[in-house]
Amino acid sequence: MDTIDRAIINNLQGGFPVSERPFADAAMTLGLSEDELLERIERLLDDGTLTRFGPMYHAERLGGGLSLAAMQVPRADFARVADIVNSFPEVAHNYARDHAFNMWFVLATEEPERVGETIAEIEQRSGYRVYNMPKLDEYFVGLRFAV
Amino acid sequence: MRSEHEARLIEALQRGLPLVPRPYAALAARVGLTETGVIELIQSLQNEAVIKRFGVIVRHHELGYCANAMVVWNVPDRQVTELGTRIARLDYVTLCYRRARSLPQWPYNLYCMIHGRDRMRVRERISELIDTCGLQGVPHEVLFSCRRFKQRGARYSSVVPAFKRVVGA
Repeated sequence: MDTIDRAIINNLQGGFPVSERPFADAAMTLGLSEDELLERIERLLDDGTLTRFGPMYHAERLGGGLSLAAMQVPRADFARVADIVNSFPEVAHNYARDHAFNMWFVLATEEPERVGETIAEIEQRSGYRVYNMPKLDEYFVGLRFAV
Repeated sequence: MRSEHEARLIEALQRGLPLVPRPYAALAARVGLTETGVIELIQSLQNEAVIKRFGVIVRHHELGYCANAMVVWNVPDRQVTELGTRIARLDYVTLCYRRARSLPQWPYNLYCMIHGRDRMRVRERISELIDTCGLQGVPHEVLFSCRRFKQRGARYSSVVPAFKRVVGA
């Protein structure tokens, strides 16, 4: 990753132009050509620096359900439970954390009711309680990741 | 008027914007709209904040942001909005939410994420945050993570009914 890649990542984490030639418009502000910007984005996607180039949707406004859930899983049983949790397509990501509550995952579902159903199914299959921590409010953050 | 075009566009777009000089024309061909129609629809989805952000989505682990701390606070409900707003303003805070408590095991109601290149740097930032935001004496815990099992991002494969229910009203 060079300084141009960094500039692309730092400047295009939001506000990508919605115009007929958006890459040309964005390239101009970055001092690049349209072709160069397209090639670089493609490479950053190929090498896995970027997961996607496009929209980040607001799940609740799309009509879906979204929540954060946590579990307390004994170390010896962790891998088994992680496999169960990760097998659900409703689980968007799952992190191990250093705490008695050691497994944290995001549930993103097309139907809001699926959050509760998925939690019940995970509890039944794993044998452990799932704590649901739904979002009540979101506070606006400006910057994302500077590189 | 809401249409199936919109749902189709939401679905086509979530895989990513086509990497061609006129991506909205390419999308238009796929979903049966005009280029102008696609541009207007995306703008309206942004105005309604159905699209929160539009651009590069980074895989932060690959950028060296290896230490990722979720800091949870137990703040009085009447202060949560003020404190959440204050915390969110700091440039090293990447997310800040109020969440439901799960009493008695989990008393925390305010969450923020702090990413950094290593844990020591993240801990320094947390101390700084406590000073800056006046959080001295507020019960909190720091949950570090560097192990991710799954990151696929949310996917919506059949948004038509759900989408209509929300925005079709």
